[in-house]
Amino acid sequence: MTTMLSLKGLRRTFNGGTVNEVRALQGIDLEVEEGSFVQLLGMNGSGKSTLLNAVAGSFFLDAGSIKLDGIDITRWPEHRRAALVGRVFQNPFSGTAPNLSIAENFALASRRGLGRGLGWALNRQLMEDLRARVASLRMGLEDRLDNAIGSLSGGQRQALTLLMATWRRPKLLLLDEHTAALDPKSADQVIQLTEEVIRRERLTVLMVTHSMSQAVNLGGRIVMLHKGQVAHDFSGAEKKRLRAEDLVDRFHEIRARELLDERAAELLRNCYV
Amino acid sequence: MTLLLGALTIGLILSLLAMGVMVSFRIFSVPDITTDGSITLGAAVAATLIVAGVPPSLATLAALVAGLIAGSVTGVIHTKFKIDALLSGILVMTALYSVNLRVMGKSNVPLMSGTTLASEAGALGEKIIGSTRVNLLGWPVSAADLSILFGALVCATIGALAVYFFFRTEIGTAMRATGDNSQMVRALGANVEVYRIFGLAMANGLVALSGALLAQYQGFADAQMGIGMVVWGLASVIIGEALTGGNRSLGLTLVGAIFGSVLFRLLVAIALRWGLNPNDLKLITAIFVFAALVLPGLLTKLRRKTA
Repeated sequence: MTTMLSLKGLRRTFNGGTVNEVRALQGIDLEVEEGSFVQLLGMNGSGKSTLLNAVAGSFFLDAGSIKLDGIDITRWPEHRRAALVGRVFQNPFSGTAPNLSIAENFALASRRGLGRGLGWALNRQLMEDLRARVASLRMGLEDRLDNAIGSLSGGQRQALTLLMATWRRPKLLLLDEHTAALDPKSADQVIQLTEEVIRRERLTVLMVTHSMSQAVNLGGRIVMLHKGQVAHDFSGAEKKRLRAEDLVDRFHEIRARELLDERAAELLRNCYV
Repeated sequence: MTLLLGALTIGLILSLLAMGVMVSFRIFSVPDITTDGSITLGAAVAATLIVAGVPPSLATLAALVAGLIAGSVTGVIHTKFKIDALLSGILVMTALYSVNLRVMGKSNVPLMSGTTLASEAGALGEKIIGSTRVNLLGWPVSAADLSILFGALVCATIGALAVYFFFRTEIGTAMRATGDNSQMVRALGANVEVYRIFGLAMANGLVALSGALLAQYQGFADAQMGIGMVVWGLASVIIGEALTGGNRSLGLTLVGAIFGSVLFRLLVAIALRWGLNPNDLKLITAIFVFAALVLPGLLTKLRRKTA
């Protein structure tokens, strides 16, 4: 197995030197093999979404390097990385342009990583492919391709965003809690679709999730983040045995360790200061 | 009747302005005040070149290019230097005031004696019709005025078609999406900054073209002619949207902008005829745009309260 994504010593501090200083990433090392499905788990503020955004290029790092498929993309701007990376956001409104039709949104996605010229955005070939693939969603959207995408529900939009992100096979698919804003039924539907697409295209995936059950049921590896560092890394047989309760226990462990640290510090302060 | 023809002609010429404002305000969601400066810039460049002996068609083209440049300057200030879009527009508009005076060398350039696109259209029309007067629905009208109106209609139509087809291309579609959801466009691998610059250039190119035609029609370019024109363009766009029933599809929005511009100009001409003080015109335009922006929200709020 070859390495698809290689992160070395990622560091990033926001609002450095002010009272609002946030040390979001504090030296993250992570290797992701080609074709593997990695889930990032962690409490609020653990840095999991920040890590995803760092890979996508939403901001530049203070230190560290990012290699994707052997290419150093550390200094690449976001739109350039998009040639290699497909993305689905947490907010269903983030992944689609509401006033454009479904077909036009896909016309944009079909040029990800390619140049854009003065050719017509919509052509017959694209419309045929589109109708077939949108029909595979079984949402009945294939007859509404000329409707503005903003008129659809969050679940439908998220399913379409997933299809758009993978329309041209990405080297890496980033999923940022992409079902968190959906009702349970739509969330299930989108998760099912996610599994289908990943299996069919044999994609390399980095997914942020809040849901323990999602984490245990999906993918082959769980990376737990805490305070901007990798706290646990479960893969292989260990990941398969893992139950949701085990993960919750690990969280409690981390939290308990933290409380103890604070109490210990308090004690020391009281005795010596 | 002459009054009506004049109002229609100016309305059609200013529909290019309305399209420019539509591109910046509706497609890119940027209220671009550069418009006030670039309409004058277009007029100034065209008038000065025509006076210097350049053929009117070339002078008009040069005005279009000047507008493209002005718009890209605003775009670069906004995207590369991260200055608020509104402030970028104000900066360029202010700078353009001096530029326009420099271009013209004085505050007003008359075009009465030379050949302009308007006089050429008029002469061509008279030749085709074969007389200086035509009977239009029982009204005797000047053949020249009628052909100028026709010429303005052709210009507006060509402008609208060009804008429409451009926004149907791969680049154009991505540009429309940029105003809608720039995060998504970036995630799909497009350089949003370049699109913003290009869009503002295009908007101001249209506006400058409108200014060049206006100067040739009214027979002069004036350093003050741009004041409040962005609001004028907004008013046209808003009326156009009301006419097309709030439909946000590209084609209808463009048609709406043309009809909106013509209707607005007609309303103004009628109001002036009825004795509206021309000095109050900008105030009334501003109040109108304010009302048009606020009323829809207020109405839905009221409806929700009563329901």
